[in-house]
Amino acid sequence: MTAPTAQLLSQVVGFVRSLRREGIVVTPGQTATFAQALGEISIFDPVAFYHAALCSLVTRREDQARFAEVFRQFWQNLGLERFPGELLQQTPLPPRKEQKARPGEVGREPRSAGESGAPPLPVVDRALTFSETEVLRQKRFDQMSEKELEAARKLLYEFVWNPPERRTRRMKPGGKEELDLRRSFRRSLKHQGEFLKLEERARKPKPRPIVALADVSGSMERYARMLLHFLHAFSLQQSRQGVRQVETFTFGTRLTRITRTLKKRSVDAALAEVGQQVKDWSGGTRIGACLHTFNHTWAKRVLGRGAIVLVISDGWDQGEPELLAFEMERLQKSCHRLIWLNPLVGTPGYQPLTRGLVAAMPFMDDFLPIHNLSSLEMLVEALGRLERRSGIVH
Amino acid sequence: MNMFPASVEETQKALEAHHYIADKGLSVAVFLALRLGRPLLLEGEPGVGKTEIVKVLAQMLSTRLIRLQCYEGLDLNSAVYEWDYARQMMQIRLLEASGERDQEKVRHEVFGTEFLLKRPLLQALESANGKAPVLLIDELDRADEEFEAFLLEFLSDWQITVPEIGTFRAEKPPVVVITSNRTREIHDALKRRCMYYWIDYPSFAKELRIVQEKVPGVPEKLAQQAVAFVQELRKQDLYKAPGVAETLDWASSLLALGQTELSSDVVEETLGVLLKYQDDVVKAKNQARDLLAKAQMPTAL
Repeated sequence: MTAPTAQLLSQVVGFVRSLRREGIVVTPGQTATFAQALGEISIFDPVAFYHAALCSLVTRREDQARFAEVFRQFWQNLGLERFPGELLQQTPLPPRKEQKARPGEVGREPRSAGESGAPPLPVVDRALTFSETEVLRQKRFDQMSEKELEAARKLLYEFVWNPPERRTRRMKPGGKEELDLRRSFRRSLKHQGEFLKLEERARKPKPRPIVALADVSGSMERYARMLLHFLHAFSLQQSRQGVRQVETFTFGTRLTRITRTLKKRSVDAALAEVGQQVKDWSGGTRIGACLHTFNHTWAKRVLGRGAIVLVISDGWDQGEPELLAFEMERLQKSCHRLIWLNPLVGTPGYQPLTRGLVAAMPFMDDFLPIHNLSSLEMLVEALGRLERRSGIVH
Repeated sequence: MNMFPASVEETQKALEAHHYIADKGLSVAVFLALRLGRPLLLEGEPGVGKTEIVKVLAQMLSTRLIRLQCYEGLDLNSAVYEWDYARQMMQIRLLEASGERDQEKVRHEVFGTEFLLKRPLLQALESANGKAPVLLIDELDRADEEFEAFLLEFLSDWQITVPEIGTFRAEKPPVVVITSNRTREIHDALKRRCMYYWIDYPSFAKELRIVQEKVPGVPEKLAQQAVAFVQELRKQDLYKAPGVAETLDWASSLLALGQTELSSDVVEETLGVLLKYQDDVVKAKNQARDLLAKAQMPTAL
């Protein structure tokens, strides 16, 4: 086993760069590991070479297919025939193709290009008076002008949050739940081993994860946008406390996870991206099928630890109501609380009679309006109340 | 160091010698983890052999296996060390009875190594017969972020400090394998320290070999049909597809029932071995005939 030559090393660095260009994050430490690995294997064995690169540079299964593509192109461009294409066929493609942007779409382009589609909105600078705020709070989102929407968005960031918590199984000192022998004993040593006071400990609370599934088809788009802003404000506040527990998905004809996009971009840019991926924007909603995808591929990964699920939709479902009912039941069983938000609830005289809603209704824990700011405030309150009502640990 | 295999091929052969059929990719990851002294992070669906390979690794290196099963709230008391309070209290009373009044001395007596209960991570720092152990940190996704942060430190320093005694340092770092079922994303900082491998469901040929290795005495035809059936089943839209562990259980069950080939009655009666959700069982029953027909086709072999 020999140390890799300087020539090979420079190729390795070049290769890592092209991985980064494709959005695969590789740290210098990982590059060093890969270089070290090359000293251990035979670099003339293409399969070993490929897998050495894979296991030292890639940490997510989702990146494997893209990695394979970059790998093939990079070494082929160098004219190296010993990295044949067939070895790449052994790499299984991840089942969720829709999670990735297709080549040439916004997902992979530099930041500036992605946001050019959404012109900057005029910013309202002056503070709102009390009565203006009051009017704004009651006005339906679909009747707001762009200016008012912008002002409403600003108000979201002033909400006082009281995020729902759950008691974890981790213990913290203090409280009255369990004897803390370690601390009691340590204390006792100060008094010649006499236990003057028994220390206790209690379970430490943590914010519950929140998973939002937002319907972005036609009529719902405006409300969904507001909910996403709402969640964005919420996760901002949470990450100030060092917690990041919000997962966001959009659905229409199919389900898209936008959590990662939202971390990097604004809500509007993320939605523009979703819009580009989903060609049939107003093609109707298949809630049941989308929930099926969610239950199948995501539920196990994001619904652990007593998550609260927010579904925002008016319930106009093009699919089979039986499927929707089935998937709703499964969803409700696998989360702590399933809250359905419907903008039409705020309309006077509205009755939830669409087939989809009738099918989904039995499996909702809460059915709340989301048509104006004050309904969002109600949601915040409802979330804050969750814990006090039930002492059940999920 | 010399006990580690010298090449990727050797690793693959050594694993096979211990009845573990590994892909080339997995062999490379294992080999590099051993050579470079990095932890190996294995992810994959439940039942694809993540935990199994660690047991095999311990046998292969003829060293002991230390297992830490993760769960939420896993704390230092159960992962690293704990004091034996009952015995410590007794010791204090004994010292008292003997008229010992020197506080410093009492403290020194009571916090000795003989009162220290070593938990898996501390045990993993100890070599036996000059061989470092294999440390399995199983289902890390079940533990919480607090534990992960601690682990990050442990995996880079290979040392643990017990304030009353001092610092324990590993003579030889243990071979560490971490598994995750992805019910939560493992933190990137930890992942980047590891050699990462995603274990996929095996191909037909590989799974057949696994069944033949692990279920001795299974008739050739039965093994082929059972594996073909499971492979078809995995293509269906199921909530939880059967893993290799389920295939092995099923093959053993069929063998115990004295079958020599698949028949639709027996398949229906034993589907519960393969599928663990009632909805999946119902779905599979409706399609059992088709799947069976495919599994019985000689071309599938």
